[in-house]
Amino acid sequence: MIPAPFDYARPTTVAEVLQAVASGGEDVKILAGGQSLIPVMRLRLAAPETVVDLGGVAELRGVREEEDAIVIGAMTTHSDVLSDPLIAANAPLIAEATATVADRQVRHLGTFGGALAHADPAGDLPAVALALDAEFVLVGPGGRRTVAAGDFFVDYLTTALQEGELLVEVRIPTLAGRWGMHYEKFNRVAQAWSIVAVAAAVRTENGHIAEARIGLTNMGPTPLRAAAVEAALAGVDATDEAIASAAAHAAEGTSPSSDLNAQADYRRHLAQVLTRRAVRAAAGL
Amino acid sequence: MTQISVRVDGVNYTDDVEPRTLLVHYLREQLGKVGTVVGCDTSNCGACTVHLDGEAVKSCSVLAVQADGRAVTTIEGIAQDDGSLHPMQKAFHEQHGLQCGFCTPGMIMAAIDLVHDNPDPSEHEVREGIEGNLCRCTGYQNIVRAVQAAAADMRGAAHATATEPAGAPA
Repeated sequence: MIPAPFDYARPTTVAEVLQAVASGGEDVKILAGGQSLIPVMRLRLAAPETVVDLGGVAELRGVREEEDAIVIGAMTTHSDVLSDPLIAANAPLIAEATATVADRQVRHLGTFGGALAHADPAGDLPAVALALDAEFVLVGPGGRRTVAAGDFFVDYLTTALQEGELLVEVRIPTLAGRWGMHYEKFNRVAQAWSIVAVAAAVRTENGHIAEARIGLTNMGPTPLRAAAVEAALAGVDATDEAIASAAAHAAEGTSPSSDLNAQADYRRHLAQVLTRRAVRAAAGL
Repeated sequence: MTQISVRVDGVNYTDDVEPRTLLVHYLREQLGKVGTVVGCDTSNCGACTVHLDGEAVKSCSVLAVQADGRAVTTIEGIAQDDGSLHPMQKAFHEQHGLQCGFCTPGMIMAAIDLVHDNPDPSEHEVREGIEGNLCRCTGYQNIVRAVQAAAADMRGAAHATATEPAGAPA
């Protein structure tokens, strides 16, 4: 099936994007790489009146370093993320998770910002953004605002983006100290979505875990932080036993769905096992 | 209708398309490039893979308007002008990398993209690299063999070019 007819705009600046969105009618969709939107439009699950294509907006692409953060343009493709030296040096968790997204063809077109704004609970990048305390920079008719990752993901496929607003970049705060990171994903076959996955960032000091941040993929309608695990890990010696004991809390406060891939109780089990593995790897065990 | 200018297999085209036209339909129905096939139609199988500015993409999940101002290479554009096959095509032939052949155009385009990034992929890296392409005949064993053989061939060709003495007759 092909998409239903729509009007098409291809602006070249953010200001033009906002204008095109404002004048696009009732139902406007923003096209980033299109690797989620186009399949959805082909199935006629979405039939927007207007599509605003960000492909020509050069200012939304690329990664730069600021004093306290690395800043990833919303239209930076997954494959550009994978080859970016700033991300490799400062936030390898992002590259590790991105390498598991779909397949190389999809990664050539799909974008970092598009995946986050789409906010699929089985998508890999939302939990990573949450674990890294990312900040989302949104621009709209009312100006520019910054939203913390914890406030950005609101519900299933729903974010804090308001009508007429555009995600322009994501700031990943620079981390001080000695951090290890790991993304542990469980899926059935190549290129499949995560059944459950865990993003772990762990700061170690003299053999103990000083701080841990754990993001959970697909354990509810939004990505979640495993707060109970984080609390249980703070200050413990980095041993298999301590990590296993903390990871047993991974399903607390989650609300996983049951679907063709897994029942909710199996997802709760997976969260614990994958958290243990992710933290072990991040702590260098 | 929206006007697009696209370079496909080395030829420039300017055409009016409906914005909802998918790149694969533009290639097949408007340009007659039926070497690129539609398999699953849901961006899973990779049979429709082409290169957009040198990078493999699934043309069933790209709008033709997104290709405006860019270069597309299809399976029909990779052989030499004299008809001799691309090393990847030759290797699929020699290593029996196809059974029914339907996935082959996409497999070859994905594999060329992989070998550009990784000139000497291990068997595991080939399998990961073509994870976006499905072969319903399950002929993966020989496909992987073909990709590795082509990679070796392409490395040899690059080496030969690089070591050619300066000033040698063309």
